[in-house]
Amino acid sequence: MRIAVITFPGSNCDQDCHRSVEAAGATAVPVWHREISLGGTDAVIVPGGFAHGDYLRPGAIARFSPIMTPVVEFARAGRLVVGICNGFQILCEAGLLPGALLRNRSLRFQSHDCALRVERSDTPFTSRYREGQVIRMPLAHADGNYYADRGALEELESEGRVLFRYSDAEGESTEEANPNGSLNRIAGIVNEGGNVLGLMPHPDRAIDLALGSQDGLPLFESLVDSVHQRTPAQMAAAEGRALAGTAR
Amino acid sequence: MSRANGAPRPRPGDPPITPELVEDHGLSPSEYELIVEIMGREPTFTELGVFSAMWSEHCGYKNSKRLLRLLPTTAPWVIQGPGENAGVIDIGGGWALAFKMESHNHPSAVEPYQGAATGVGGILRDVFTMGARPVATLNSLHFGDLEGARVRYLLAGVVRGVGDYGNCVGIPSMGGEVHFDRGYEENPIVNAMCLGIMRCDELIRGTAEGVGNTLMAVGARTGRDGIHGATFASEELSEGDDEASRPQVQVGDPYTEKLLLEASLELIASGEIVGIQDMGAAGLTSSGAEMAGRSGTGVEMDVARVPVRAEAMTPYEILLSESQERMLVVARAGREEAACQILEKWELEAATIGQVTDRGTFRVLEDGVPVAEIPALPLTEGCPAYERPGEESGEVRALRAQDISRYGELSGDDLRVAFLEVVGTPAVASKQWIYEQYDTTVRASSIERPGGSAGLIRIPGTDLGVAASTDCNGRHCYLDPRSGAAGAVVEAARNVACTGATPLAITNCLNFGSPLKAEIRHQFREAVLGIRDACAHLETPVTGGNVSFYNETDGKAVYPTPVIGMVGTIADVANVVGHSFRRPGDAILLLGHNRGELGGSEYLYALHGVVAGEPPRVDLEAERALTRCLPAMAARGVLGSAHDVATGGLAATLAECCLGRPRTGWPVGASLHLHDALPPAALLFGEDHGRVIVSASPADEAEVREIAARHGVPCTPIGTVGEERSSLRIHLRGESLELPLDLLADRYFGAIPRAMDDEP
Repeated sequence: MRIAVITFPGSNCDQDCHRSVEAAGATAVPVWHREISLGGTDAVIVPGGFAHGDYLRPGAIARFSPIMTPVVEFARAGRLVVGICNGFQILCEAGLLPGALLRNRSLRFQSHDCALRVERSDTPFTSRYREGQVIRMPLAHADGNYYADRGALEELESEGRVLFRYSDAEGESTEEANPNGSLNRIAGIVNEGGNVLGLMPHPDRAIDLALGSQDGLPLFESLVDSVHQRTPAQMAAAEGRALAGTAR
Repeated sequence: MSRANGAPRPRPGDPPITPELVEDHGLSPSEYELIVEIMGREPTFTELGVFSAMWSEHCGYKNSKRLLRLLPTTAPWVIQGPGENAGVIDIGGGWALAFKMESHNHPSAVEPYQGAATGVGGILRDVFTMGARPVATLNSLHFGDLEGARVRYLLAGVVRGVGDYGNCVGIPSMGGEVHFDRGYEENPIVNAMCLGIMRCDELIRGTAEGVGNTLMAVGARTGRDGIHGATFASEELSEGDDEASRPQVQVGDPYTEKLLLEASLELIASGEIVGIQDMGAAGLTSSGAEMAGRSGTGVEMDVARVPVRAEAMTPYEILLSESQERMLVVARAGREEAACQILEKWELEAATIGQVTDRGTFRVLEDGVPVAEIPALPLTEGCPAYERPGEESGEVRALRAQDISRYGELSGDDLRVAFLEVVGTPAVASKQWIYEQYDTTVRASSIERPGGSAGLIRIPGTDLGVAASTDCNGRHCYLDPRSGAAGAVVEAARNVACTGATPLAITNCLNFGSPLKAEIRHQFREAVLGIRDACAHLETPVTGGNVSFYNETDGKAVYPTPVIGMVGTIADVANVVGHSFRRPGDAILLLGHNRGELGGSEYLYALHGVVAGEPPRVDLEAERALTRCLPAMAARGVLGSAHDVATGGLAATLAECCLGRPRTGWPVGASLHLHDALPPAALLFGEDHGRVIVSASPADEAEVREIAARHGVPCTPIGTVGEERSSLRIHLRGESLELPLDLLADRYFGAIPRAMDDEP
């Protein structure tokens, strides 16, 4: 199995994602942002960093990179796409995920560990977690404050599309445990089709106990499992939902 | 003979060379005479500017190089010693570690955000131009008292500058130190260190070899920013300089830096180039001249071919601009196209500006017309070296001789209050507010993050770990520069050894006042001798560094601040030891002796406003034994924790051992019995060297004591680790202290946020 890891000028977590994919048992394929094809890869990861220097605002220029055309097509076809940190911001700017990541409530760059509650385990990205499981991993961002308008937020919640929520160590998702001001303490969401994930914290920095946590590894393993198991029917269904979402 | 082969002549509009102009360029009359002798004629204005930059303190080290020659620089593991962009050591497994530290004090005093940011940028370039990928940064920051509004502005700006730059490039911050003392009120010290790794055979040097090879200017365009920054860095600031000096402060662009980093490493790996160098201090002048000087060749460049971002720039301006994120690359003749393809991929501009010659000169044309030609070697190496005698200031001698014994006696509630105050001084308190603005986990290799003894990262794909620490107690150095500087070396070594790593080598950044003053020359000489002695004893050679003089405002110098950046390795990161207590019931042991040395302590400064007394002595034999003993214990897996005793004394160390890092679970208590016949405050707050607090399970305690005995390190059981969320209890001669952990945590974690939360 081959998973594409996109590198934009300014990406700086591409190597971390590369190693995470390999740790989960798949082959990572580096893809430069100027390419116009995903080369037949089975899933896509848009890594963290400062694509195009975050000029204008994070992700605003990256969405125009040539590689984003096939990435958007890939996502619309129901295939699996993960955006981490800057990757999440890029997927929002590209219209693959709703909402936006605003400046942190503190107005500062924040870099520390956080606890997350896994809201669902029946998704392609979380099958190796337990529902309600509390996981720990680093976050590192200046713009991680998730915002969506009321309608979009209600949709996300009612359709169960919030997969990760900031919480305390006991799994209580309190405002005290909200590091950046995100609405509903949202750390990670999926699109209407459930095949595009964006999350701000870094599972790619938590794949090994020596680093303090390996709670990020199951996310990559879930992804690999899902690609193996994903049937054409599932993909078609995701495609249908994704297109319906776009139409709205 | 065509015009292009003739000698340079003054350009129209060049000012005439007068004694005043020479003085304005920071050159003495005798230095000017030497220049005329080297040239065999009067220099042009452009040539004068080139000499001025290359013979400034910043580039020429004229007041320091004789003394710096005394430092030990060799060991079997040293691949590259001083004189290159960065030092390089062999760390085993075919891996090499490049590392270097540099100051950006002057720019940071004037414009803290850009000053600090470009300091990080410069040090990253020094490392990746050796062919090494930067893998971690550290810093050493010294500010005035945090009560001052200007100091808070400087701290907020510097931290944001360091963070924004390093975060964008994607290099984790692994540690550092932050001190606060009124000795730095006007002149903050901002030193940045970078570590990079490469395979041993990937090393490349900053040389211009191969006559006919092509010089290329790569990266950002050249503008008028930072002209004469190197000379500026070699002058003292005076009031009102803030505004006037702004044009000498460069502006950084970390995104371009990231592109330069990737492009440079790809260029080096491609074999299309023979040399590469940052256009740092003194820009095109120093990079061109140094590359020619090192290889014994010559260079010729035409400034009209350098991409510029301002109109009508003169050769003088182009040669001396310090615009950031630019590199000088020497491409193999005929391979320029291939090199350009790599640069284009990374969206970088590149221009062919000249070639390597066999003339032995630094030769500059403007549109084919010669404007400067200077023998390369005298330009880079011929700067006169001075070693004028120094003399200790009588004031410092008197401070050192002051009787401070009365401050040692404290009892009852006074002792308890003092304990909490020391733990809550900004110099001791947690730097969480600072390091959480730095990305500490990018590259997924951080084993020990900031907030412990030393930072430690793993080399990806291996078990090998690299530890590093930056240390200098300027107050100790002020009172006694020799023992203070030796103290900085041994403290850095202890910090590295506490993680279980073996200290291997240092880089340094020597921050001092004006060398034109006898007392500063005395401080500098003593500090260099202190570093020499300590590095020789610990077998940690000096692989490079940086000298920053003229850290003065209106005649008042900073404390002598020779910052040490120590690196070390551990064969298997599974054996890394953390700094905080882990398991209730573990034995707590003291390695080393308590001596109760209060001179120059944070306690005297913060609680009594006193900077006086003999600073702590340094026993180099004992430090050597201690820093060898700790890795031996770690390798046996018998340590629960290990933490150095330094600023704030035992009080600070014990509080940190109990509290651990923020966001990592509950703190644990401890119960201690200290039987030393010392005055209570001296025992708790003395900053005596040579001490480490370790913990071990009851089952491992005997082996810890045995290993200590084998190394000749005193090892005394002093207590037991307590329960979570309890208290720190200390029993000493007739005194008992009980400090609830939540109160300690509030003082320790709350101090800096309370001071800074109104800052942007």
